[in-house]
Amino acid sequence: MTVSGAATDPIILAENLCKQYDGFTAVDSISFDVQPGECFGLLGPNGAGKTSAIRMIYGFAPVSGGRLRVFGLDIETEWRQIRSRIGVCQQDNTLDPDLSVLQNLLVFAGYFRIPARKARQRAEELLHFFALEKKIEAKVGELSGGLARRLTLARALINDPELIILDEPTTGLDPQSRHQLWERLQHLRTLGKTFMLTTHYMEEAAQLCDRLMIMDHGKILIQGTPTGLIGEHIGTSIIEVGGAGPELRQFLVDRSIGFDQMGERLIVYSNGDSTVEQAIRTTFRPEQCTFRSATLEDVFLRLTGRELRE
Amino acid sequence: MIRMRNISWRFLSVWQRNLIVYRKIWKVNFMVPLLEPAFYILAFGLGFQGLVTNLSYGGQALTYTQFMAPALIGISIMYNSFFETTYASFVRMYYQKTFDGMMTTPLSLEEIILAEIVWSATKAAAAAAIMLLVLGLFGFVVFPSGLLVIPLAFLGGLAFGSIGMFFTGITPSIDMFNLPIFLFITPMFLFSGTFFPVAGLPVWAQSAALAFPLYHLVELTRLFCLGRVETSPLLSLSYLVLFTLCFLFLALTTMRRRLVK
Repeated sequence: MTVSGAATDPIILAENLCKQYDGFTAVDSISFDVQPGECFGLLGPNGAGKTSAIRMIYGFAPVSGGRLRVFGLDIETEWRQIRSRIGVCQQDNTLDPDLSVLQNLLVFAGYFRIPARKARQRAEELLHFFALEKKIEAKVGELSGGLARRLTLARALINDPELIILDEPTTGLDPQSRHQLWERLQHLRTLGKTFMLTTHYMEEAAQLCDRLMIMDHGKILIQGTPTGLIGEHIGTSIIEVGGAGPELRQFLVDRSIGFDQMGERLIVYSNGDSTVEQAIRTTFRPEQCTFRSATLEDVFLRLTGRELRE
Repeated sequence: MIRMRNISWRFLSVWQRNLIVYRKIWKVNFMVPLLEPAFYILAFGLGFQGLVTNLSYGGQALTYTQFMAPALIGISIMYNSFFETTYASFVRMYYQKTFDGMMTTPLSLEEIILAEIVWSATKAAAAAAIMLLVLGLFGFVVFPSGLLVIPLAFLGGLAFGSIGMFFTGITPSIDMFNLPIFLFITPMFLFSGTFFPVAGLPVWAQSAALAFPLYHLVELTRLFCLGRVETSPLLSLSYLVLFTLCFLFLALTTMRRRLVK
């Protein structure tokens, strides 16, 4: 599955990685690698094991089984060295509400033992990069969701990390903030940083990730490039049919064309088959009918099921 | 399992974080130790002075205010450090998720917890220093031996900060701190030779008081402030050191169990 066969070591290498909590298996023997300069996505429904997997990578949660190497180092024994080279943007807001925007960066730099002068310079650069200069003295509690997330990301970059771990970086943000964050992340990618991110937004994954994997129930369902996965599991196009009768379903079964029923709607994996499109249009004449190209979201829903989680 | 190699001087960066926050409202932080002893001295001193006449401590006669003043410092050390590592640390850990953020950096959990406890001791020592000044002005402290109360406050702060952190490690919710306060802190506040000499109590109560860390802290505070003591200072000092080590270990163990999953 891995594209690169380069001589460079992977940034993250997981082999049969497991995580158990009191008998519950959150991560069930997953294997993957993240190459230098790559943006690797980790997708899955709630409770799939994404955060558990990511927490093991930055040494927040101990590994229950298997092997995990970050920068070729063992997270169990060399966690301090690993953490000094990564930046983590956690899912929860962990900004320090007792401190101002600038102090959040400076105090965090202290945890990395960055000298005061250098920390100050770095903090100013980051505040500029994330357009937070006007908020320098603001209290963290006064920041909007978008600003707080930008500050969290700025804080994660204070040590100039080689690997940046983002756990649902845009959850809860408005479209403007989300697009601005994506744009900043794209810029960071041009600087050669390696990313690992989890997300619920397929559009985000399709835009940012070179490769991704979809997890469910602690296991990896698939991994590959976004376009590769769409082609492999869905094909090129989709027809969404509203108010379809049993005749259409029978027609699809007879021709062994894949489909999913979702409430009143039928999702037909037509894969550019024009005869099917023609037949639906002329023979069945459904009330509503949408022809569109396949997306990562279709792959995700087809593999993880359409029923609600939790 | 506590890992000794996880403890380095890096913990000072967390201690420094708390200092920055403390300095933001230093006026409020200084007001309490500045005014509290004055209130107590006025209320109990003036109020009880006439009622309590022949008070004997360590074989010598003392006025009631002379007897009580050093205990005020001991009590303040206990409250400052215990409340810091219970309510304040719990808020940082649970509501603000400050520790979660710290654990993405090269800080270990042990360093974060140790820093919180050392910080609580620092806060207690600062409060004790201000109280010494106030009580010194009232004439209730003998100098220079009284200055030894400051390092003693640091030790006492470590002791109560450690047991406070131990309760933070096991408490299911912030409201449950009422339990150790009601069952442990309040009885100690009343029965540690703070407001009346332990020597006047029945023998069983005297032995019970010996188990209270506050009793030993108050004994040493009195020794440094007045030059008098009713038990062996070495015993009291050893007790406090052992108590600190024991609960420091328990605090680190329970917090690791709580936060590392």
